[in-house]
Amino acid sequence: MMILSPLEWMFYLAALLAVVASVKVITGKNSVHSLLYLVVSLLAVAVCFYLMGAPFAAGLEVIVYAGAILVLFVFAIMMFGLGQDETLHAPKIASMRIWLGPCCIALVLLVQLLYVIDSSALQEKLTSNIIDAKQVGTLLYGPYLLAVEIASFLLLAGLIAGYHFAKPDGQYEHLNIQQSTNEKGEL
Amino acid sequence: MSIAYMHTILTLLPFYPLVSFLLLISFAKRLSWQLAASLSVGAMALSALSSFALVWQLSADLPVITTHLWQWFTLSSSEQINISFYLDGLAAVMICVVTGVGLLIHIFAAAYMKEDENFTRFMAYMNLFIVAMLMLVLADNLVLLYLGWEGVGLCSFLLIGFWYHEKANVLAARKAFIVTRVGDTAMAIGLFMIFKEIGQLTITDINESARVLWIAGDNQPYWIALLLLGGAVGKSAQLPLQIWLPDAMAGPTPVSALIHAATMVTAGVYLIARMHGIFLLAPEVMTYVAWLGALTLLLAGVAALAQSDIKRVLAYSTMSQIGYMMLSLGAGAFSAGVFHLMTHAFFKALLFLTAGAIILALHHQQDLFKMGGLLKRLPFEAVLFSIGLVCLIALPGSSGFFSKEAIIAQLFSSPTAGPLLWVCAIVGALLTSIYSCRLFFLAFMGSARFESPLQPSSSKLVKISLIVLAILSLVGGAFGTALEHGLSSVFVAAPMVEMVNDPTWLHAVAIATPFVGIVFSWFYFSKYREVSHSPLVENTSAVNQFAKQGLGFDRLYDWLLVKPYCTLAKVNRSDIFDQLMMLNAWYVTLWHEVLASSQNGKLRWYVAAIGLAALLLTLLLMLNVGEVSMEIS
Amino acid sequence: MSAIPLSHILILASILFIIGFVGVIVRKNTLYMLMSLEVMLNAVGVAFIGAGSAWQQADGQVMFILILTLAAAEVAVGLALLIQMQRKFKSLDIDLLSKLRG
Repeated sequence: MMILSPLEWMFYLAALLAVVASVKVITGKNSVHSLLYLVVSLLAVAVCFYLMGAPFAAGLEVIVYAGAILVLFVFAIMMFGLGQDETLHAPKIASMRIWLGPCCIALVLLVQLLYVIDSSALQEKLTSNIIDAKQVGTLLYGPYLLAVEIASFLLLAGLIAGYHFAKPDGQYEHLNIQQSTNEKGEL
Repeated sequence: MSIAYMHTILTLLPFYPLVSFLLLISFAKRLSWQLAASLSVGAMALSALSSFALVWQLSADLPVITTHLWQWFTLSSSEQINISFYLDGLAAVMICVVTGVGLLIHIFAAAYMKEDENFTRFMAYMNLFIVAMLMLVLADNLVLLYLGWEGVGLCSFLLIGFWYHEKANVLAARKAFIVTRVGDTAMAIGLFMIFKEIGQLTITDINESARVLWIAGDNQPYWIALLLLGGAVGKSAQLPLQIWLPDAMAGPTPVSALIHAATMVTAGVYLIARMHGIFLLAPEVMTYVAWLGALTLLLAGVAALAQSDIKRVLAYSTMSQIGYMMLSLGAGAFSAGVFHLMTHAFFKALLFLTAGAIILALHHQQDLFKMGGLLKRLPFEAVLFSIGLVCLIALPGSSGFFSKEAIIAQLFSSPTAGPLLWVCAIVGALLTSIYSCRLFFLAFMGSARFESPLQPSSSKLVKISLIVLAILSLVGGAFGTALEHGLSSVFVAAPMVEMVNDPTWLHAVAIATPFVGIVFSWFYFSKYREVSHSPLVENTSAVNQFAKQGLGFDRLYDWLLVKPYCTLAKVNRSDIFDQLMMLNAWYVTLWHEVLASSQNGKLRWYVAAIGLAALLLTLLLMLNVGEVSMEIS
Repeated sequence: MSAIPLSHILILASILFIIGFVGVIVRKNTLYMLMSLEVMLNAVGVAFIGAGSAWQQADGQVMFILILTLAAAEVAVGLALLIQMQRKFKSLDIDLLSKLRG
């Protein structure tokens, strides 16, 4: 029996927190609540990052993921009323049938993953190395420069696509683009 | 006239009607009646004049004229099929009949069909028929002959179905085409066999090679002759392929006269006469020919006794007269057969055309039981029709007498015929005279049974053509010796039948038979010829009906061939072999269904599928890893 | 410094990934599916960082940054699509968008 240090305790605690929060995310009925659980999950993972020796990643997780991306979620839900009807589509806990198939697949997959992880010689590999932001930055703007450029393109594409898709219908009319309004009519 | 001129004339002979046909069919309805009629009749006149000129020049010194136009195709290194014409005594008789009678019938048709809206098309087909017939007759090889053979078949089909708005006409045309096709197939196989056995298809070469290669009674000539006989039987409407001819009367009357009486149906006779070299080497087949002819002759005679349609009577009489020709060929009396072919063409064309004139005068009434008493009302037609009938019955002095007597005289002592067939011929002659008298009594004597007033044709064209044909019918017998002389060089190989030994009573019987028939019918059909006020009813007894339907052959074939085939077609409606092919389609469709159901458009299903795939891949990976590690250890 | 075995980190990543996966399959609400996707992406990030840390390589964190970028772009486009969907169908039921069925 191995004696765990307080920091290791913190890791397992954070990991447990992340798992529990994630489960709450996918089972939640209120989208804002689910979103807050997702923030909790992300923060817990950030703690894990820190304990794994990646303080820079932990910072990014908090600032970008929890701070920016999820705030975007919150804005979208609040401003466009996306969270109004989620109870209609939320699976009832009582009807377990819906959960049965996916859970079976997922469980088998999980068992497989765990088996693979267990069977490979990773047990003795420890993550007790701190990799700071400088190392990451050097690498990022060295060998990975091209990847960074591609990522920037991706972001640009996301920006344009987001702008384009989120425009209200009326704004298309002056461009004389045929809107597929009949989709609604057919459904 | 020099040889070169004759070559030119012979070369151009079939092309006048061809040019006329092309012009008529190209301009169709834009041509006026005058123009179309003069074009077609003019082309025929040119052809007729050419053939008379050629025949005039044929002599003992110059028995054969050949002319080579161009090479058609090459069959083997030694055999080339040419477009070449070969004119000898036999072909000369035929071209004279085809163009001469053809010209007269064209003249008649120009008047007869004047009111028809498709007059130009009609004349075009008639011209095309003449082209094909001339090809058939003049061909120097069997392939070109076959081209003409099929060409006349096509024209026959087109002209029987000329008034294609009537369903019956179309059915008759189809029937004629299909039934003759049976014979044509046999003939085509015969041609293949000739090429396989002899390696040549030029007619003179075949006749010569056959004589060198085989002796009488060999197997090969037997089968070849049998197959060629199949073709002849189909075209000439002999047993067992005779069923199409009576129905073919659905066509316009000039067509019946030209194609289904005077020329095309005699093509079978011509073919056998042409290929006599082969037939002489197969005495059994010669006997078959004779028997087929005799049976057809009797059958058609009996059937003609019961017909009520004037054209059908004539159609059956045509069958029976061609039966005589076949009988003659089978007996080895080729010249007599060809002679009868010629005289028959004259008087049968006359009969048909006169019948056409009568039908026209009676407003397209063809039923004999709705005629009667026409002797006084249509004297001109009546006289001409009687001339035709006299020739048909073969009363002494008429052309039919000379040719028919020539045939009957040679039957008795022929090695391939014999007394039994002679008796058949005599009975046939008796039947001929009886149905002819019945026809005459019904149509021209007795009380008038038609309602509407007569409308006799006043056209000069009709009268001219009829009169010329009547004269030819009467004096046609005079051509006999000239014909015999011309044909003697053709049928060199044919054994001369000695008639010296025949007892004189044979001739006496043959000459007396028609009179017996006339006297018999004078009393037996007295009801038909006497004027009475009671309505004349047709005999509707079962026997009569049976005879009227051509002795049940139609029903027999229907029951034997058509019905089983239709049943088969119905059973196999969804085509078993097609279904086998469709198995592929079914298999593909099945997979399509399976895969399409996986494309349900639901994103979550796709995600699940990806998950499953990941699961399987991981499993595979794990197994592989296991194997690899085992290999390493 | 703490020394957490890499296998434990990977187990955590696997569990998070599977949870996200189940969420994507089970939830019909597109918003939840997006959130589940975030969970899955995050799990992948955990795996990368854990591995990078174990081998003392910064590449793991570089990958994490790239994943972050990807997540940002994905959320931007995804939310825009959600807004559009809400406008057209008055619903976020993903099963309504099944016109591409075979």
